[in-house]
Amino acid sequence: MEPILQVENLHHIYSAGTPFEHIALEDVSFCAHRGEFIGIIGHTGSGKSTLVQHLNGLLKPTSGSVKLDGVDIWMDKETTRASRFRVGLVFQYPEYQLFEETVYKDIAFGPKNMGLSQEEVDRRVREAADLVGLTEEQLDVSPFDLSGGQKRRVAIAGVIAMEPEILILDEPTAGLDPEGRAEVLSNIENYRKAKNATIMMVSHSMNDAARLTDRLLVMSDSRLVMDGTPMEVFSRGQELLDMGLDIPDVTRVFLHLQKMGIPVKAVYTREQAVAELLRIKEAADA
Amino acid sequence: MLKDITLGQYFPGVSVAHRLDPRTKLIILIGYIVALFSAKSWISYGVSFAFLASAIAVSGIPVKSIVRGMKPLVMILVFTGLLNLFFTGGETVLLSFWKVTITLEGLRRAIFMVLRILMLISGTFLLTYTTSPISLTDGLESLLSPLKKIHLPVHELSMMMCIALRFIPTLIEETDKIMSAQKARGANFETGKLLDRVKALVPILVPLFISAFRRADELATAMECRCYQGGDGRTKMKLLRLCRNDYFALLLTAALIAVVILLAGFSL
Repeated sequence: MEPILQVENLHHIYSAGTPFEHIALEDVSFCAHRGEFIGIIGHTGSGKSTLVQHLNGLLKPTSGSVKLDGVDIWMDKETTRASRFRVGLVFQYPEYQLFEETVYKDIAFGPKNMGLSQEEVDRRVREAADLVGLTEEQLDVSPFDLSGGQKRRVAIAGVIAMEPEILILDEPTAGLDPEGRAEVLSNIENYRKAKNATIMMVSHSMNDAARLTDRLLVMSDSRLVMDGTPMEVFSRGQELLDMGLDIPDVTRVFLHLQKMGIPVKAVYTREQAVAELLRIKEAADA
Repeated sequence: MLKDITLGQYFPGVSVAHRLDPRTKLIILIGYIVALFSAKSWISYGVSFAFLASAIAVSGIPVKSIVRGMKPLVMILVFTGLLNLFFTGGETVLLSFWKVTITLEGLRRAIFMVLRILMLISGTFLLTYTTSPISLTDGLESLLSPLKKIHLPVHELSMMMCIALRFIPTLIEETDKIMSAQKARGANFETGKLLDRVKALVPILVPLFISAFRRADELATAMECRCYQGGDGRTKMKLLRLCRNDYFALLLTAALIAVVILLAGFSL
């Protein structure tokens, strides 16, 4: 299958040619397929946020290219603008970008900018609101009267309403309570199922990354250092720890068990941990 | 990008210019401005320029940074220059065509005006480049403190100024972030009719104002939590004290003003 997104040898240098010059991305290449759920992990300042802003043409690469369906998004102005609608980007703390009088109008901002018909905008707003679990009545209230978690969901709906083929979220659960986090994560999963969309999520929670994603990209010091399934990435747990990154709690426990000489395989989700423990127990009983 | 604005930014450093007392620097700047406005001849401009140039050399601020700060002012400079060039009457006509006459006096005045603005702004930049906002407001508060006698809230004013300066970079960063977020939703700031462009600012300004108010609120709470209650009885961690360098710099400034005014007296 053809990848929907191809990133080739991406470099980005901030404030090039001034004393404040700073290399933010160095030779990053990867591709993404339709329907994939990709996690991006890396410590603060590793270039994750810079990377995601390249994927919808907000930042122009210093060198290298970003291609959607094989077409460079910087080919001409229209292509760049169109890429903003095909690749939806939800920033960190997106509730701070709400500005309209009602929730409905705020969600409609993106679809309206796409130049869609009134009916199509209406359909998309209602569908997006439904997908993130906002009720009909909430559409008519001011977004500023909602709770933090609800505001976050309005902001995410505002991007989902553009029906992007690739949805990128920069730490979508930061600052939410456990219930809010679970809701937002299930909203994202629902969107992926409904549209067969590609999801890319920047996250600091290794537990979420292990549980939800098909693939993980690990950024460190402006470079892409690992690209593989959660199993492949977390089996290199010690390397991640050396980079100052975390690993899922169960992986940490199992790494310790291995050190204690108990013959367990590395696991990264709770379900795998249970299965692995049962296997060991059965082997011991036998 | 908005982030590249360097206007009034503080460049940390340890040069003599950085270490001068902020009050000294403020007085020097005022003295320098007085000298600039009294200057009427090439010689007095030259003397003032030498003063500025040595100050820049001492500060170790790259000339490039000062020149870059001038860029937003090019339009004003051109406008001032042309106005003075065309609308100054005089006896020696250099050029005359259609309804326009350019006189020698006009040319002289245009050059002087542009030079004066350039030097004025370079001097001001030098102050903000070498002085952190906090010490600047400390200095200002101390200089204005006699006005407390006539019940002017000097401390409150300088605190407000300090906070305003402190939040300029924060707000620029915030604006940048909000702009990117709205661009990601297809907002268009670059093209369209004037009215459309003004309307396009609403999605930026509303979130920006909301966050500014939120920040103000949080800051007020944080200050109250640390028992801030205005200037009365408040002590300072860094006491301002004049030392030898300060007296020397002030003496030089006095000399500059004296020379320029003397030169003007001899109509030079």
